[in-house]
Amino acid sequence: MRRVLMLAFAAALTWSVAGCGEKPMVTVYKQGQYQGKPDMQPWDGDPFKGDKNAWEKTVKARNLGQNEYVRISGGS
Amino acid sequence: MARMKFLADAERCIECNGCVTACKQEHEIPWGVNRRRVVTLNDGVPGEKSISVACMHCSDAPCMAVCPVDCFYKTTEGVVLHDKDICIGCGYCFYACPFGAPQFPQDGAFGLRGKMDKCTFCAGGPEADHSAAEFKKYGRNRLAEGKLPACAEMCATKALLGGDADVIANIYRDRVLKRGKGSEIWGWGTAYGKPDKPAAQPGAKS
Repeated sequence: MRRVLMLAFAAALTWSVAGCGEKPMVTVYKQGQYQGKPDMQPWDGDPFKGDKNAWEKTVKARNLGQNEYVRISGGS
Repeated sequence: MARMKFLADAERCIECNGCVTACKQEHEIPWGVNRRRVVTLNDGVPGEKSISVACMHCSDAPCMAVCPVDCFYKTTEGVVLHDKDICIGCGYCFYACPFGAPQFPQDGAFGLRGKMDKCTFCAGGPEADHSAAEFKKYGRNRLAEGKLPACAEMCATKALLGGDADVIANIYRDRVLKRGKGSEIWGWGTAYGKPDKPAAQPGAKS
């Protein structure tokens, strides 16, 4: 009886820790690290020539231009 | 750094399909491929609502997770792009995408399914910016010209907003508050609630 209990306990212990060896299944993606070619930054091209601040300023102005309450004169 | 997103306002969309046309024209998309389309709920019923749907450039994109050849990447602006030279056109991304964004050209014989094509947020692809190869494979790179996606900029009623998530969320918040709506919507505070005073940045002097 004791032997059966010991075997059952050992089996339960093995089963309960079986999940501890699992590896993380989520892939962490990093910029440029994938199978394909690395991409350029949008400000590296011709109009901005590497000027990141100018690019961000231009895009931000475009972003805010979508708010017609602000864009159209006379709006509140 | 900006986190680029689209926001579709169902109260404003008039189902004109201007966004679809702008996208098609801007990138010279072939027949049968629709990077963007307008979906109407309860079509024909009074009070029907339409929203413009394309790749939503998910923060944790399922297409990236399931791609067997790892052809997807995410730019520093949060735009999900892919390399067509690596894509094998298997269609796993189509099944994984909750928006049905991945498209497959089927203009060949015997039901040929070509390499996947999808909305690039007008950010081109991994080819050199403004190159002929980039335009041919991915369309025009407006983001590198300092412009926003053609669909959002073309939208007549500004139902479709595109750009930095924080900025367009602010525009939408102002718009809804001007309509006299907002607080009664479940989850409004979580999604669009704005603290009166911004939280102190770690390490900032008070």
